[in-house]
Formats: sequence, C-alpha cells, structure tokens
Amino acid sequence: MYEILNAQKLTDDIYSFVVKAQRVASSCLPGQFVIVRSHENAERIPLTICDYDRENSTITLVFQVVGAGSLRLSRLNTGDFLHDVVGPLGCESELCNTDISELKNKNILFVAGGVGTAPVFPQVKWLKEHGVDCDVIVGAKTKDMLIMEDQMKKYATNLYITTDDGSYGRQGLVTKVIEDLVNIEGKHYDMCIAIGPMIMMKFCCITTKALSIPTTVSLNPIMVDGTGMCGACRVTVGGEVKFACVDGPEFDGHLVDFDEAMIRQNIYKTEEGRAYLKEKEGDTHHGGCGHCGGEQ
Amino acid sequence: MDMMKKVPIREQDPEVRAHNFDEVCLGYTKEQAMLEATRCLECKNPFCVMGCPVSVPIPEFIHKVKEGDFDKAFEIISECNTLPAICGRVCPQESQCEGKCVRGIKGESVAIGKLERFVADYAMEKGKRRPHSHEKNGKKVAVIGSGPASLACAGDLVKYGYDVTIFEALHEAGGVLLYGIPEFRLPKEDVVKKEIAMLLHMGVKIELNTVVGKSVTIDELMDKEGFDAVFIGSGAGLPKFMGIKGENANGVFSANEYLTRSNLMKAFDENSATPIMRAKKVAVVGGGNVAMDAARTALRLGGEVHIIYRRSEAELPARKEEVHHAKEEGVIFDILTNPVEILTDDNGCVNGIKCVKMELGEPDASGRRRPITIDGSEFVIDVDMVIMSLGTSPNPLISSTTKGLEINNRKCIVADEITGQTTREGVFAGGDAVTGAATVILAMSAGRSAAVGIHDYLCNK
Repeated sequence: MYEILNAQKLTDDIYSFVVKAQRVASSCLPGQFVIVRSHENAERIPLTICDYDRENSTITLVFQVVGAGSLRLSRLNTGDFLHDVVGPLGCESELCNTDISELKNKNILFVAGGVGTAPVFPQVKWLKEHGVDCDVIVGAKTKDMLIMEDQMKKYATNLYITTDDGSYGRQGLVTKVIEDLVNIEGKHYDMCIAIGPMIMMKFCCITTKALSIPTTVSLNPIMVDGTGMCGACRVTVGGEVKFACVDGPEFDGHLVDFDEAMIRQNIYKTEEGRAYLKEKEGDTHHGGCGHCGGEQ
Repeated sequence: MDMMKKVPIREQDPEVRAHNFDEVCLGYTKEQAMLEATRCLECKNPFCVMGCPVSVPIPEFIHKVKEGDFDKAFEIISECNTLPAICGRVCPQESQCEGKCVRGIKGESVAIGKLERFVADYAMEKGKRRPHSHEKNGKKVAVIGSGPASLACAGDLVKYGYDVTIFEALHEAGGVLLYGIPEFRLPKEDVVKKEIAMLLHMGVKIELNTVVGKSVTIDELMDKEGFDAVFIGSGAGLPKFMGIKGENANGVFSANEYLTRSNLMKAFDENSATPIMRAKKVAVVGGGNVAMDAARTALRLGGEVHIIYRRSEAELPARKEEVHHAKEEGVIFDILTNPVEILTDDNGCVNGIKCVKMELGEPDASGRRRPITIDGSEFVIDVDMVIMSLGTSPNPLISSTTKGLEINNRKCIVADEITGQTTREGVFAGGDAVTGAATVILAMSAGRSAAVGIHDYLCNK
C-alpha cells in the first residue's frame, strides 16, 4: 500500500497526488512512468511521473479523469492509500543520457498540451538543475484547464502559454505558437519535445517536420503490465513495431504512425465509456451513453 | 475393473463448462485414487521416475495411496516437488512419467499426474504443512520473479536456512501460474494462492510491484541491500508476433495480453474494472498450451473459436489433454493453415484473417516435418478477433541492467545446467529466462537445482 501524502484537484478533471513510493522515488528519472491500481480489483493505470523527491521517497502523479478507473482514482484523498504503485517503467528521457555540454549548446523547445504538461515538467526541471536553458509552450483549451503554470515558470527560460479560446495567454493551438516563434519571432530550435494528446503530438510533428526540428514525443497507449509482457502498447515507429512500455515511451515523433496509434487507443472506448458512465452516474444513469438503451 | 484402463476421472460436462471458468477436471475421490493406485506395477527399476524432471519417487508415493496413507504419500512427494498441486494439473505427463509407464505399453499408463494432484489436494484441504525444520543461517538471497522456477528455488532455499525475498513485478505473486494459466485449468484461490501461502508460512518474503532492472538493479540488491546471492527466475515474457500486415489492428492481441486480462485482471468477471474484448468469432494462431488456454478462454467469453495451426494435428505441441478438452468444448481446429494477413474494416478493426493451406515436407531442425505453403490456396476466415500465440522470448530488463551477465543469441541468460551459475558471480538463473519458453515442471526443476547451486556457492564462500 502506498500512502497519498497530498491530494489536490488542479482543474475540473485533473488531479495531483504526492505518493510515498520508496523504490520508484529513489530510481526514477524524467520521462519514466508508473502503473497504479487505486484499489484491489481496480484496473492498472499507467501515469507519468511528474516530479520526485528522493529524500522524502515521494513521487508526484498528475492525471486527468478519462474513464471509470481514473474517476475512481480521483476520489481518493490525502491520507488514503493506493493499492499498488509499480515503477519506474519505460526508458528515461534521452536528455538524461546526453552530454550536458552538448545540451547547453542546443536550443530546446518543449511543447505541452493539457495534462501532458505533467510529464514535460520533470524534464524542464532536470535541465534547469543541470544548467540547461529551454523554452516551453503550454497549451490548454481554456484558462481553467491550465495546470502547473507557477512551477513551470520557475524552471523554464521562456514560458509561452496559449489557450484555444484565448481566455489566457496567446490564442490558438500550440502548433500556431511553434510557427509564430520560429517564423515571426525569430526563434531557432535544434530539438523539440512534444507531449500531450495523441492528436496534438501528431500535428506538432507535422509542424516541426516542416520546420526541420527533430522532435521527440512521449506516447501513452493502452498498457496492462508495463514490462513488455502483453504487447498491448505496440506502436509502429519508422515501419517497425515497438512496445511503448519498454522501448519508449519516447520515440522520434517524425517516425511514429499516429493514425494507427490513435485507432489503437480507442479500442476499449465504448466499453470504457460504459463503465465510466455507470460509475459516475450510478443509479441515476438513464441513458445518453449510446449503449444501454436507457434513452428510449 | 479393466486394469488396462485408467479409472475415469470426474470432469465438468463439456457443454456446461464451455460457459464457466470453474475447474474442468474435478479430481479423484479417495476411493477412485486408491483403486487407480492398484494399477501401479511398482517396478523395481521405475522408468516413470526417470521421466520426471524432479525425480519424484512415483511408485513409493503410489504405494502409500494404495494403502490409504495419503499423509505419507504427501511427504514422499514433497521431498522432491515443491508445487505438487500445480504439477499434478499442468505437467505434460504423457511425455514424462506417464509416457514411460510400463502399463502404458499395452494399455493406458497409470494416472500418475491425477494421483499426484489428489494427494496434494488432500494435504491442502487438511491444511497440512510441508514438513520443514530449519535454522536461519543469516545469509540473504534475492529471488527475481515469482513463477514456478522462483517458487521452487525459494522453497528450497528457505529450507536450507536462507533469508529469502522474492521480488515480483506484478501486483500479485505466481507469475505464469497466475497470469498465464486460466482458472479452469489451475484454480487461483484454491491452488496457486495456497501454494504461495505455504511458502510465506515457511518464511519466504515477497515484495510485490518491484521490477528488477527498473525499481532496483541486481547490483544494488547485492551491493546496497546485502543480498549474498541472486536467483533470476524472471521467465520468458515477451510475446512474439508474426510480422504480417494488419497485425496492429484493433482486435489483434497477444495471448499474453488476452490471458493476462482474463486471468490476472479477472476481466472475465463482470465486477472487474479491466475490459476484455468479447468477439463473435475468434482465430487463435498457434498450437501450444497457451494457444489452447486462449482458445478455451475466448470460448467461455462467448464466441466461435478457431485454432489456426500450420502443421498437422500430430505436431500440436500442446498437452494431449488440453487438445482433447478444447475439442470437447467446441473449439474448431483449422490445421495445416497459416495466416498471411489480417484484414480490417474502415475503423481499423479486424474483420477477417487471410490464410494459406499448408502441406508437410521433410523434417526440419526441430525434427518435425516442415510445413510448406500450397500455392494458390489463399482463403479468408471471417473473424473479429485474432489472438497470436506464437511463443515468447526472455525479457531484456534484467540482462540489460546487470553488469557481467551474459546472454546468448536467443536473449536467454547463459547459466550452468546443473548449478544455474551465470557469468556473474553470485548470480544464478533458471527456468524460461535460461531455456526460453518451456514447461512449469522444467522451470521448477531448474529452480530446485539452482537452489543447490546457490547453497554450495554460499557454503564455500
């Protein structure tokens, strides 16, 4: 059992947990993830590690409610326990294995979308702690859905916030900000790390490819064990099948087959959506999910 | 009774069991077991024992069953077999002990596996503890993984007096016994968990949710956490795929994923939060025990199920009993058939599997006749789910993070066949991690012999 030392609601559907997890906290690096189970018999949910504190043996997890499993997770409070936390899983960010002096000579751009801000954060922090500068674009649908602005400000050299509806920061999608920065504001980037919803990463990659900026993405496909055993997380990268849990989660974004990855991500959508509505609405659920026939 | 034939064993009716996950085989009663035991010829030079990877003194225990002294029979088995309730259920007896049984020359061999299972179940029901007495010797051994190789190794090491900790990556212990073999073949609560509880009772510790190679490395276990030796029993967990078109479509699963969802995550149960796809018509590609398990699981989740296998029925690597049970339950066998492409609809979901017919040519390296494609024999089977059961290979998580640990070209850890000693001092290995995918009993046997290897090493250190 893993104690939640601090549970916070960041937005309407994004939550942050600081969790005691000694082994993970002592060995994790930016880019890695954990798999948690909120309760016995709960699903195994992969979550990126947003921050870690080796001294206090804690990790910070930030997640968005997307289905029945994460909804159940979100209902836990400070002082409650997660039934299982396993990790760190996946490979650390490529940055961690790159020569620091080499990184210092590079102009690095991070692009974070929605809850994808969480996995971007530890990389930005890690770079700053190693004396490396970087720019960060954070995109959200609207002001209320923006997370971690203050923390990001602390470590990013330049932080560009954009909202789809213009309610805060710039207005428009992150891809527009990339283009504006490079084409209008005279910025030059040698590498880009984009993390967010699959569709955002896809379009980021189209944009950066046109601008000839090598781009790394972090994929979040469906997983079961997270150790390479099930193959549920297989993705096609440069024509080769990779397992995101052990070969990734980071890949060369210009080689990822995003269309296939998006189709694969939706495999349980109807089943998951059904479970979500059942969990959320309980006995009050009387249709609307498109499956139960309750609307008739 | 007809001494040429085994005493028939009680099984759930095929039509009933095809719709539930309860155990298929119900086992012998005391009377049936004692009757079956009378069929044993008690050979002076027992071939059956030679056929057993852990050399259980078979005629001796059967003799005790004959006398109705089941407690003693259990003691005899326990000397050699750490997990008899499991082996009695999942060992390929027809190619081991029973395959060598003299009774089997003219008639049916003695039902050694079923008798072993009877004795183990009897002891378990009585709450009988495996006899053990040991003094702690103060040395620590880490055992990686909690499948059959590791459980057997840990069970022996604790008897020798070591302080043993098992590190398991998943949230429950048991390895393939838990995530791989289905409930209807190996009950989890009544058999697997009880066998593991027995080890805990003996003093073995288990740390769950710990991926060695990620959460902690072998170097750290030895240098920082004070383990004097390590046994790697991490199995062969990486699923293989065919590399054919359409294999990443929605509705194509590895048998590992499908079985893990059903067995470990209990997705077959409506109260489980983990989803599993329910299909109308399923193709399972492969002919091993895992393929049979996947096929019979899919059948129970309500679909028409086809096994697609490229050789003929005689070459099916699965245990005979599994093939027999699968057929009885209604699994359709499309033999001498090989998939060449998986077809999908506009949404990227499986809607068919394109296959070719095969014929058998000359024997290949494995000694089995090589399947050859018959030209122009392409045809399509309409299916909405495909399960790939083509075998597994060892996981590189440990080998890639442990200094001085050599692996061979099949990514298996190089280890001495007898002692389990790897190329790294103090590190031993056994089971599928060394041999590639094999059987529960072979893994167990390797785990036990490595326990001796570790004991020798630590005594002389």
